[in-house]
Amino acid sequence: MDATLRSLRFRKEREGSWRQLEQLLDRAEKRAISHLSDEEMLSLPALYRAALSSLSVARATSLDQALIDYLETLSARAYFFVYGSRTSLKQRVVKFFSYDWPAAVAAIWAETAIAALITIAGALTAFMLVSADPDWYSAFVSPEMAGGRDTAATTEELRKTLYADPKDSEGLSVFATYLFTHNAQVAFFAFALGFAFCLPSSLLLAYNGTVLGAMMALFMSRGLGFEFTGWIVIHGVTELFAIILAGAAGLRIGWSIAFPQDLSRMSAATNAGKRGAIVMIGVTIMLLMAGLLEGFGRQMVTSDIARYAIASLTGFLWFSYFYRRTTNDQHGR
Amino acid sequence: MTSTAGDHTILPGIRALVTPEGVELRIRLAPIGDRAIALIIDLSIIIGSLLLLTLGLFSVLSQLNFNAFNLTYIIWMLGFFVLRNFYFTLFEAGRRAATPGKRIMGLRVVARDGAALTADSVFARNAMRELELYMPIAFLFSQGEGVEALITLSAIVWCGIFVLFPLFNRDRLRAGDLIAGTWVLKSPKQVLLPDLAEQAAPTTILAFTDAQLDQYGVKELQVLEQVLRAAQPAAMEAVSNQIRTKLNWARRLNETDEMFLNAYYKALRQRLEQRLLFGKRKKDKFDQS
Repeated sequence: MDATLRSLRFRKEREGSWRQLEQLLDRAEKRAISHLSDEEMLSLPALYRAALSSLSVARATSLDQALIDYLETLSARAYFFVYGSRTSLKQRVVKFFSYDWPAAVAAIWAETAIAALITIAGALTAFMLVSADPDWYSAFVSPEMAGGRDTAATTEELRKTLYADPKDSEGLSVFATYLFTHNAQVAFFAFALGFAFCLPSSLLLAYNGTVLGAMMALFMSRGLGFEFTGWIVIHGVTELFAIILAGAAGLRIGWSIAFPQDLSRMSAATNAGKRGAIVMIGVTIMLLMAGLLEGFGRQMVTSDIARYAIASLTGFLWFSYFYRRTTNDQHGR
Repeated sequence: MTSTAGDHTILPGIRALVTPEGVELRIRLAPIGDRAIALIIDLSIIIGSLLLLTLGLFSVLSQLNFNAFNLTYIIWMLGFFVLRNFYFTLFEAGRRAATPGKRIMGLRVVARDGAALTADSVFARNAMRELELYMPIAFLFSQGEGVEALITLSAIVWCGIFVLFPLFNRDRLRAGDLIAGTWVLKSPKQVLLPDLAEQAAPTTILAFTDAQLDQYGVKELQVLEQVLRAAQPAAMEAVSNQIRTKLNWARRLNETDEMFLNAYYKALRQRLEQRLLFGKRKKDKFDQS
């Protein structure tokens, strides 16, 4: 009988290149990709294809199960590496701000409008209820959130809460950070809740609106409506817009699972989810800005006119950034 | 660019991925247990680093006589926020596509369509953790009496739907995987084991006739391979006795079980591989083609 098997000879011939590929992958996965030399980077795809072809040959001619298993996992590892993401972080960031984010926001304009309407409806309801009977106030605004801004406070005390003393800016940065993390959490929540067929997201949006409406009613009843609006809008334009966008992204997911149209439910959900994720990354950035505006801007800018000016400017900037494209300019993605 | 998976199942937990080169790769879905352990490891890391952060900041504070309270508090809040929302995202967006917990368990996140895993997908699958992980935890720790307790209870049941989601679908997707178009695969590192045929003694002493080699097929060969690799004397003895009986094999002088099995393995493989080259794959011992 012949001493060596054909499959054994085959293995001996190719084994070197498999080992080489394995070592390269080990190193590339352990550290940054830049640790590989140009030569090694160029050899990777070739080694990957060699491994794939070895796998095909082994499947057809070898009965060594361990060898086939090895080649299978090696090829899969190399596959994920070779066909993995290749864009650098910088390219990704530039593309995000110049195209992805505004496009994703513009694409969910209908949901955004609905989310805004739900928030406004919540605000109006609370406003009317509290105007008719101030006892409703505590139902919408919890004591911690009110922080003394409740129906028992005098008009003078209420006025004071709107204009902090600029010298008293010690805790501002803490306040700004707290606002940012808290609001971002609400936004994440509104997004994730969309998965449960829209309803919880809508409830959260409506609730967010009721807090606003209830406070508005309180301040209006004391003749502080104009001042209160200035106090809210300086950061509220950015913050409310962000939370509405988060809710809208959530609504989109819930909606596409419930009504997937031509796509399968699964791929409809995936499309909505990926686009929603882009919106959400942007929402986090917006909330960071809103936190800064609220923590620093509002405490330092105490003139009503200046507050309104900042609010209109931010509103204008957001709208023109997101919706500047004409419809035929949008590439369907 | 690639077709997937999903549509044709080979074995439970095994899916096929066709590469652009046209080769079908078999990939294994991560078992639920492995994913649960990975999650527990990750949560321990998060909680551990939060504790470390808190302790570290406290010691810094006491050094500075509590002057820098605001700054440390800000660092703590931001640290908590980043850990809670971006721990998973940052690790999974990396080259390994796995958090430390997943790495330990040999798992990785992969796009279901076989294309590159994008940062957006990773973000989406982890933003859903708010619903699947943090909300149930929050509800578990919330207290209440009477009606409030009932509300909490129903909230926990409602959350349970999302927590247990991976148990109720074929591809073990959690809600985050579903919307991000990803799944979690088991990708263990496999070492290249030595070829058994190389270890076999020269076949001149133990020669088999063609009739003896036609007794078994590929399936039996692979069982034999497993037995030889496991190298357990009891199993080897049982198997070799069975084969000897079937072959009517007269045991030679000082022939050990291992020697016999190795020689038979090599001879059988050679025979079967030769037939394979002629397009005949003898599936198992019942295959008489």
